[in-house]
Amino acid sequence: MKDTLIFEESREGRRGFTLPAAGISGGAKEDFLPKAYRRSTPAALPELSEVEVVRHFTGLSMKNYGIDLGFYPLGSCTMKYNPKVNEDVVLLPGFAELHPLQTAETAQGTLELLHGLITDLCGITGMRWGTLQPFAGAHGEFTAMKLFRAYFDHRKDDHRKKILIPDSAHGTNPASAHLAGFQVVELPSDPEGYVDLEALEEHLDDTLAGIMLTNPNTLGRFEKDIRLIARKIHQAGGLLYYDGANMNAILGHARPGDMGFDAVHLNIHKTFSTPHGGGGPGSGPVLVGESLEPYLPVPDIRRDGDTFRWASEHRPRSIGRVSGFYGNIAVLLRAVCYLRMMGSEGLKAAGTLAVLNANYLKRHLTSLFDSPDKSLCKHEFVLSAKTWKEKHGITALDIAKALLDRGIHPPTIYFPLTVPEALMIEPTETESRETLDSFVDTLKDILTTAKKDPEALHRAPEKMPVSRIDEVRAAKTPILRWRKER
Amino acid sequence: MHPFLPHTDRDIQEMLDFCGLQKPEELFADIPEDVLLKKNLPLADGLSEFEAFRLLEKTAAKNRIESVCFLGCGSYDHIIPRTVNRITSLPQFYTAYTPYQAEMSQGFLQAMFEFQTMICELTSLEVSNASLYDGHTASCEAAVMALQACRDRNKVLYAETLHPFTKQVLRTHFYGTDVVLKEVQAPSGCFSLAALEEELDDDTACFIGQSPNIFGFLEDYTGCAEALHARGAFFIISSNPLSLAVTRSQGEWGADIGIGDTQVFGLPRFFGGPSCGYIAATEKLTRKMPGRIVGQSVDTKGRRAFILTLQAREQHIKRHRATSNICSNQALAALASTVYLSLLGPEGLKETALQNMAAARYLYDRLTALPGITGYAGNPFFNEFTLQLPKPAEQVAAEILKRGILAGVPYKTLDSRGSENLLVVAVTEKRTRDELEAYAEALQEVTA
Amino acid sequence: MKIEKDLKYTVSHEWVRLEGKIAYIGITDHAQESLGDIVFVELPRLGDKMNKGDEACTVESVKAASAIYSPLTGSVVEVNDDLEGSPELINQKPYAAYIFALEAEDQAELKDLLDAEAYEKLVAEEAE
Repeated sequence: MKDTLIFEESREGRRGFTLPAAGISGGAKEDFLPKAYRRSTPAALPELSEVEVVRHFTGLSMKNYGIDLGFYPLGSCTMKYNPKVNEDVVLLPGFAELHPLQTAETAQGTLELLHGLITDLCGITGMRWGTLQPFAGAHGEFTAMKLFRAYFDHRKDDHRKKILIPDSAHGTNPASAHLAGFQVVELPSDPEGYVDLEALEEHLDDTLAGIMLTNPNTLGRFEKDIRLIARKIHQAGGLLYYDGANMNAILGHARPGDMGFDAVHLNIHKTFSTPHGGGGPGSGPVLVGESLEPYLPVPDIRRDGDTFRWASEHRPRSIGRVSGFYGNIAVLLRAVCYLRMMGSEGLKAAGTLAVLNANYLKRHLTSLFDSPDKSLCKHEFVLSAKTWKEKHGITALDIAKALLDRGIHPPTIYFPLTVPEALMIEPTETESRETLDSFVDTLKDILTTAKKDPEALHRAPEKMPVSRIDEVRAAKTPILRWRKER
Repeated sequence: MHPFLPHTDRDIQEMLDFCGLQKPEELFADIPEDVLLKKNLPLADGLSEFEAFRLLEKTAAKNRIESVCFLGCGSYDHIIPRTVNRITSLPQFYTAYTPYQAEMSQGFLQAMFEFQTMICELTSLEVSNASLYDGHTASCEAAVMALQACRDRNKVLYAETLHPFTKQVLRTHFYGTDVVLKEVQAPSGCFSLAALEEELDDDTACFIGQSPNIFGFLEDYTGCAEALHARGAFFIISSNPLSLAVTRSQGEWGADIGIGDTQVFGLPRFFGGPSCGYIAATEKLTRKMPGRIVGQSVDTKGRRAFILTLQAREQHIKRHRATSNICSNQALAALASTVYLSLLGPEGLKETALQNMAAARYLYDRLTALPGITGYAGNPFFNEFTLQLPKPAEQVAAEILKRGILAGVPYKTLDSRGSENLLVVAVTEKRTRDELEAYAEALQEVTA
Repeated sequence: MKIEKDLKYTVSHEWVRLEGKIAYIGITDHAQESLGDIVFVELPRLGDKMNKGDEACTVESVKAASAIYSPLTGSVVEVNDDLEGSPELINQKPYAAYIFALEAEDQAELKDLLDAEAYEKLVAEEAE
């Protein structure tokens, strides 16, 4: 396989695309612009024919791994199958060629679907209304924190600045809360990841703004005391925020709204099957209960009889706009298609089978590793390779790298931070029993090697285009762009 | 059974048995009774793929798609090479997660490294990240970079000629913090150094300008970088990156940070998203950069390899001390733009930009020759200009739409304080001479 | 792990070396070891005023970003520019590679610092 950069494949004078010759272009020259406005140094873009561009990027894709190739049990990321029809739906010209500033009358189809999507997501989460603007999960968290801020400011409760976040939470939680102007207080969790109720008690005062939780928690366990926690937070004048990262576990079985949450964000790219695209675009809608509804971002989508329109006038206390236009529409439309195909029963079955798959794997694997617990989990679970490290010098990282050579994407490693040598496994509902069995066999094979020939695991991966990469060098003397050698 | 759920009844039973359970409901035995959902979700019944597609096809047809689009203001109707979607549809690209396992993700990592290089080239700045959500939120991230870099300052200045939606996103972003946002007046619809100097003080962390600005004018930033830097403040310019093929770039104006949106490079309008924000900066701001960054390194055998780097900046390490909460980016959209730029190359991109400029100039001359219509006067423009109409622009646009033409964006729909007779018109390489003539005729009839 | 006898220490793993009114500050051998390869040091600026306990600057490794807290109140009179190009000096010689120096304002604060023995005990306790 070639390993050249596109710039290194460039040959002066080649082109991969031509423009229509006709039209106005004939006499176009740069001197149309006064000199002060003209660019002085041309941008050094590569010059290639179409076939060269296609081969370059197809070659790159072959050095990548996706869910279409095989198992991707990346904990907390819900790597479920991405239905192909969704990709065709968004390319329908009616969707793809719609300009965001067209009038609502000319965008009725999309507005109807987006309105319906908010309605469906509220039904799934037990909330009242919401916004589809946030571009990603972290953006949804941030939006929800701004809603909290506006709520307290409106009530002249602006001294409420404290947000409680369990120590096992994803890093975006504290970052989002802090950036939204709150003070983050880390809550200790017990070994099974549950909220420490005694520690919680200490913070229930008039500086409390709220709590950010996932349920099931980061260790894949359902927070049984959630109603009690909600009551305590509300009694102290605070609000509850639900991080939707783990929503797949409870689809059709439980709803954050019924648990007492005031705001929820969902990861459309996790729970609702839209592709992750190598890191995005995602989408992170926020749904809220009655208390936060007046503060939702504008514009909102309203229905008047059979017509749909943008609306802002009914939200004088809105936090404003969080995205330039209205979020990642094409991602949201994929979710619309997914929901139409799944329906109420299909979605519930997805939740059930996601949990069945996780428990089946957990049962197989707990005896091989240190496990924080052996009881029922939800959609994911965490194992620890601590003993393997102590006895054989094999770390979670070594196991991950060995999986690469065996054609499987590794689980999330070193998260949550509360578990040493953590391996966080989330199989999702779209994986068959055979896939899970074969994953178990593969792990057993790796662990056998760990005993016999640990060095072999330290060398892994050996079958990838590259072996382990020098991260220190990358961070110490950053090379972040290509430059022509002189 | 459902096509996305592989379990047979027998699988389910045997797997339950293995877990020591009898019924699927027992998997949820840990959910307390008062939380357990006892009714069905209020969703419509599931449909087959064929039915779902049909339904959505019908709904898509309720949108009115005009082939002749003169709408711009942040989203543009450009020619998209067919190759772009073929590449972004490759399963190993679009069904991949963030490249945490670098050895298994060299393809995406290298493509993002190439994207970063192209953004650096276009902006004439030294460092770029692997994309942000969109051009509007990029302004927030850029402002935070500046606030972090100069510490102890809390004032962010922005141009009156910034996209009104960008201003709104900035206001939401800094709501509830001690950051003060202040608008720098642009009395003639263009940047004024004197107006900037009036607002500039020792609390100022940065000034955010936009060129081409919301009216389409290219700003003249002569003296701007010097004035800002003399007071220790940073200079941020948001630009339509297609304009950068021919116009003076952010780096060439002396800006510290360049931002914008690469929707113009191979991305459909999609009713506003996904598009793809970009951000580039001078080298000394490298470690203040938000979001994912790909770096070059070597593997254990000394071969060139790519990896997510400078991660100590990010939320998963710095948690509440992080200066950005960004986790994902718009990777697949950034890939589309990388493919687009690779296909067009320097000559193709320049030709596209020049065609845009020439077509816009032609239409501007044609329209401003009509009775009662004047151009909103100011600096030279790129592919977008603003007209002063004799009637409310919304009314005119609605009339012209009856002739199958999306005439432009009535400025007042972006900014309620704006004049209702202003219409912002964008012209791309996609527009033919016949379409421009048809537009001129329509406008003449409607405003007569 | 090395602990130098004649230095003062903090509970957040900084060391302090006093030369008259000037206090040189770095991170301990134990701290550099747990951070791993240091890839970047964000130095404070000359003249910065610090209160005791303020976050003075950051030391970054690949997997961590560790805040350095000012052990004393005072203003920054020196920064170690060598660390900009060679942050690995902290890994190599933690007690020679100071990060910055303060002109200490309040000598009384010195008594809050740990001596070598007390610091050694602290590290041992934390390991448990």
